[in-house]
Amino acid sequence: MEDVLQLAGTKYRSRLIVGTGKYKDFEETRRAIEVSGAEIVTVAVRRVNITDPNKENLLDYLDPKKYTILPNTAGCYTAEDAVRTCRLAREAGVGKLVKLEVIGDDKTLFPDIPATLEAAKILVNEGFVVLPYINDDPITAKKLENIGCAAVMPLAAPIGSGLGIRNPYNIRIILEHATVPVIVDAGVGTASDAAIAMEMGCHGVLMNTAIASAKDPILMAEAMRLGVEAGRKAYLAGRIPKKLYATASSPLDGILN
Amino acid sequence: MRVKAPIQPSGRGANLKPYSLATFGWSLWIRFFLVTVKIKINGEEKEFAAGLSVDGLLGHLQIRPGRVVVELNREIVSRDAFGGTMLAEGDTLEIVHFVGGG
Repeated sequence: MEDVLQLAGTKYRSRLIVGTGKYKDFEETRRAIEVSGAEIVTVAVRRVNITDPNKENLLDYLDPKKYTILPNTAGCYTAEDAVRTCRLAREAGVGKLVKLEVIGDDKTLFPDIPATLEAAKILVNEGFVVLPYINDDPITAKKLENIGCAAVMPLAAPIGSGLGIRNPYNIRIILEHATVPVIVDAGVGTASDAAIAMEMGCHGVLMNTAIASAKDPILMAEAMRLGVEAGRKAYLAGRIPKKLYATASSPLDGILN
Repeated sequence: MRVKAPIQPSGRGANLKPYSLATFGWSLWIRFFLVTVKIKINGEEKEFAAGLSVDGLLGHLQIRPGRVVVELNREIVSRDAFGGTMLAEGDTLEIVHFVGGG
């Protein structure tokens, strides 16, 4: 049976989406992403340093033919800025996929939902494939799905916090009602957090800091790949119900007396 | 002072129309009086010799055109139009690219 993540008609074998920020250098970025098995990688749009234009570019290390480049709107605090950033990203010629995030506050980095909805409407109308970063709020998820977003991406916990899924019940409600993929975005700390998201039935997990800021990012990238795969398989396999009391694993017949 | 050149994909200088008196006068002005223009690039004000195209500017700054996106006065300039888009006094330019991000 083929088990793939489908986003706007494209099939992905890997359900792990990784960021490219905070690595020591481009070489470490490249290696970590390769080991993670991710097929979709996020990038940010920033000004070129014109006084010292670095000859090397991130895309020299990440072949857009091999990876789906997912530009984000990180650092945007208004719908207008987010839309502008997406238009610039599209001009770079890496496709129509965008990770929409309109930040509401720089301490929590929680999203500004009214602005996210406003930007999503414009971007969907302009033909973008919009993947919005949102709170773990089922109502917002539904609204964005109705606007035409290709997935919804509720946070597990604040960006970069590593706290893991703080409100699994809300994620469950989002999952129950969503007809587009649900990708947990932000807040994952370690492999078990990713596995839990996948065991719950999430369609994918997006992370950056958990890998890039680990002591050994390459090893953590592998752990995350395995965590996502393990969680997905456990979800498909169907876990046993939780019970308060023991059930013997060995037969009760034929016991010596 | 503003000369808005037509956007043509055919490279630098392609916008000069030798039969137009106005353009001819302008090119003479550049050649003989070495006019400079102030342009704001990525938030910094810079001064360049007049008659510079986006392509020429990127070359001057040693930026590979294939890896950047350019916005001139809030409007995106497509890569095909880099050569035919001339910069003028007071222009605001944003040159962006992809960097690591989550």
